Amino acid sequence: MADPMRIRASMTGGKVEVKVLMAHEMETGQRKDAQGKIVPAHFIRNVTVTHAGRTVLAAEWGTSVSRNPFLHFRFSGGKAGEKISITWVDNKGEKRTDEATISG
Amino acid sequence: MRLDWRFGTCMDRMRREVLKSGGGAGLFAWAVAVGLVKPSQALAQGWNKAAFETKSVADTIRALGGSGSTESKDIQITAPDIAENGAVVPISVESRLARTQAIAILIEKNPFTLSADFRIPAGTDPFVSTRVKMAETSNIYALVIADGKYFHAVKEIKVTIGGCGG
Amino acid sequence: MIAMRVPLVAGALAAALSFVAAAQDETQKGIERYRELLSEGNPAELWEARGEELWKAKRGPKNASLEQCDLGLGRGVVKGAFAQMPRYFPDTDRVQDVESRIVTCMVAVQGFTPEEAMKNPFSTPDRPSDLEALASYVAAASRGMKLDAPLRHPKEVEAFRVGEQLFYRRAGPHDFACVSCHGENGKRIRRQDLPKLNDPKEARRIFTTWPAYRVSQGTVRTMQHRLYDCYWQMRHPQLSYVSEASIGLMVYMAKYANGGTINAPGLKR
Repeated sequence: MADPMRIRASMTGGKVEVKVLMAHEMETGQRKDAQGKIVPAHFIRNVTVTHAGRTVLAAEWGTSVSRNPFLHFRFSGGKAGEKISITWVDNKGEKRTDEATISG
Repeated sequence: MRLDWRFGTCMDRMRREVLKSGGGAGLFAWAVAVGLVKPSQALAQGWNKAAFETKSVADTIRALGGSGSTESKDIQITAPDIAENGAVVPISVESRLARTQAIAILIEKNPFTLSADFRIPAGTDPFVSTRVKMAETSNIYALVIADGKYFHAVKEIKVTIGGCGG
Repeated sequence: MIAMRVPLVAGALAAALSFVAAAQDETQKGIERYRELLSEGNPAELWEARGEELWKAKRGPKNASLEQCDLGLGRGVVKGAFAQMPRYFPDTDRVQDVESRIVTCMVAVQGFTPEEAMKNPFSTPDRPSDLEALASYVAAASRGMKLDAPLRHPKEVEAFRVGEQLFYRRAGPHDFACVSCHGENGKRIRRQDLPKLNDPKEARRIFTTWPAYRVSQGTVRTMQHRLYDCYWQMRHPQLSYVSEASIGLMVYMAKYANGGTINAPGLKR
């Protein structure tokens, strides 16, 4: 099971500001290891953020998003105390879902 | 299925526009974003393989359903002029274009041009901030799809050490 | 005619050099902006979180948590402990840095053997290091505090002298010592600034940002790793993990860095 994300969701100017760090190697598939073999690509392909059953952001990523990806965005309609949920799915089918409570 | 009251027939028109332009798997993500598909279904969502294999800005725009793109001063790219390490380049994109539906980040000199494609549903600010890998000094394009039309802004970022894993 | 050309050439040269200097300033400003834009969302937070989990988990043959560990301020006190390291510990009769102290606790509290505790100090792409995560967690608990590593106990003073000797000791095929790169103000290697480590102004700013997430390595790196890497770069023999030599060097640097505000884990290229 992949390591948990670090999610910060807070009310800023009436909107929910989300900053998240995901633990993922985001391997490009172009790097060679010490033996000269290509290290296979292993990267997050899809990121979905939901709030109250509604998707507030959907992303498709390629291998050139940095390792241990950082994402920051804002949406309206959320309130302090409510939860958001973030899911990522990678090219190997591994996935991770974490929740965070919106702080005041 | 939740339908935002603002969409109504507007949503039908948008759907037809996207279908016409052949959005491929990107359509699925958009459909989730605008509430046509429930989030639980989204776990089996698509990934626009063709778009992530393109090697030019023009090809990427085509793979994302556009036939071309207009430069716009209403798209702001916030990024450093020079990156100490190409493995981690911070980039934020903010669009002031009405009805922004998607923001994509393209890196012209990377092995594959498309880095990330964000679908912005109504109610979400047309703003994203993330970090990307740059193989070498290159132009970065922020592509915005707004009201079914394609716009972009460009910024050159110098890279002191390439960051794709060499 | 030639005599008239010389001032022209000199003038042109001066203009060219000032252009280069201005360009270098631009580059420096650009890099500072790059670092500024990266300053939020430090991936090291992932290590801090994992370190906290590892600290609180019951592990090892004794199935105990490190919450019983004494980092110098009493059993279980993590906040502020990193700010007072390296320091002498009576129970081991040694001067210890944060990493060697974590190892001590993994052995004494959790029952690991020293070999088991130290088997993976530096993470590789396939194997994350628990020690890196634990060091990140402990360091973060001193964030914002001033470094106040003691230099009172005879063994602390001795460690300082060891570190000072090593700092100036030239060796290896390049005849390098730490002082070769870190002994003068204003030096750099390509675009990497080299702090003068026994200048308090620079030491206070730099020493206090370790451990740090290094984007070029894609992981947090600790001070033990930084020193190990320096020794490799100097082509000196391998610096052993948590050796007396490594801790001596840290005590030496800490003396000049004392008073600086801890901002670890930091973020570096």
